[in-house]
Amino acid sequence: MELSYFPGCSLHATAREYDASTRAVCAELGIGLTELDDWNCCGSTSAHSVDAEAARALPLRNLRIAEEAGKAVMSPCAACYGRLKAGQAEDAASDSIDVCHILDVLDTQESTGLLRGKVTNPLTDLKAVSYYGCLTTRPPDRTGATDYENPESMDRLLGLAGATALPWSFKTDCCGAGLTLTRSDIVTRLVDRLMRMACEAGADCIVVACSMCHANLDMRQAEAARDHGGEYSLPIFYISELLGLAMGCADARWWRRHLTDPTQLLRAKGLAA
Amino acid sequence: MAPALGAISPDPALLRGVEEELGQKIASCFHCSKCASGCPVAFAMDVQPNKVVRLVQMGLKDEVLRSASIWLCASCETCVTRCPNQVDIPAMMDVLRQMAIREKAPAADPAIPAFHAAFLSSVGKHGRVHDLGMLTTYKVKTRKRGDALKDAGLGWEMFKRGKLRILPSKARETKQIRKMLREIVDRI
Ligand code: SF4
Ligand code: SF4
Repeated sequence: MELSYFPGCSLHATAREYDASTRAVCAELGIGLTELDDWNCCGSTSAHSVDAEAARALPLRNLRIAEEAGKAVMSPCAACYGRLKAGQAEDAASDSIDVCHILDVLDTQESTGLLRGKVTNPLTDLKAVSYYGCLTTRPPDRTGATDYENPESMDRLLGLAGATALPWSFKTDCCGAGLTLTRSDIVTRLVDRLMRMACEAGADCIVVACSMCHANLDMRQAEAARDHGGEYSLPIFYISELLGLAMGCADARWWRRHLTDPTQLLRAKGLAA
Repeated sequence: MAPALGAISPDPALLRGVEEELGQKIASCFHCSKCASGCPVAFAMDVQPNKVVRLVQMGLKDEVLRSASIWLCASCETCVTRCPNQVDIPAMMDVLRQMAIREKAPAADPAIPAFHAAFLSSVGKHGRVHDLGMLTTYKVKTRKRGDALKDAGLGWEMFKRGKLRILPSKARETKQIRKMLREIVDRI
């Protein structure tokens, strides 16, 4: 499979480990990624909050470039994916290019079949809850998701990687990422609840497929615990990092980029030196 | 003597205006409150999401545009996904925020539009957002809040882990983006 790759701003900066692990996993699974030439910011929450034209024009410029490249465009960040989809919904002419999220690409028969044969380092003993947040599935009339209240693609992938994906009821509850700088008081309350519920479910870690969710849960959990009397410290993994680990193509540098250090957990489970 | 209701000055054009920009009829909302009950930030809102719809239906423009709720909505898309009438509240919140900016209604929480301006001004410069530049602009814009150093420690932790780029990642052909975003940022 050959795809255009839309990393988005965060995968070039705060979420470089998501970029590296996405590339590593796709290479293992025979998914060719060509970074979209001269891509621009999707506009994120800010564009659609303040100006309808900017909210349309920013994603559309990317879609035009993708059309020229002639391949479906994949974004690992759920927020970018959401904005590209929204741009497409507003402009019928941009319909010729398929916009997909990393989970759409990984949770296919072809990819999972390959993955099954490539797991050399099964994540036995790792108990995870998968967290999809808002924009991997919502709004369903744009994403096409049918399991939007209880998505399971990451749970399936984690299972194939040998981990235990635990059931919990907070898979698609919002973490408030868009307000993280402006209203951290609101955000820490939302993060605190997610962390407590993940612990109650018995999870060692939370697994995400969005750079905004990762930033918010990884970086705000210490403050959330402090402000709300929580006693938790749960590593937050990108799904690509764990799949890479299971296929033996993980890079120790990924873990060093996390604020909530995952190495202790990985060592305890015999998954890191 | 005029009754207490005299203090309210409804704008009959508000509903039509919002529906036009939205491309959807929000008159269909029958106030079941499902949106409010599932909204992750309802606890912090001054007007619950269904009541924002109600205020629009009633034409109470000042009350809507001055509410904190229009800025606090996290665009999580939960309400529209669950609404029995598919009322697109997050899109309506966008329309209202844009209207508030156009009409220069003071934002209940000015830090939020200031953040959007800082974000878009960074995108205007590079075609992509540069976190360090954006953070600096945001902190300068909101210095009156007196929390300039909040998150400084977090910033340092991010920096140590290579999460903050010194130099921005840039797009090449950004003239149009730059022009469009500069005009927008100037208005906010
Ligand atoms: S869920 Fe829909 S119909 Fe019910 S109150 Fe909210 S907007 Fe109105
Ligand atoms: S989209 Fe906005 S109003 Fe609707 S549930 Fe989410 S935060 Fe609340």
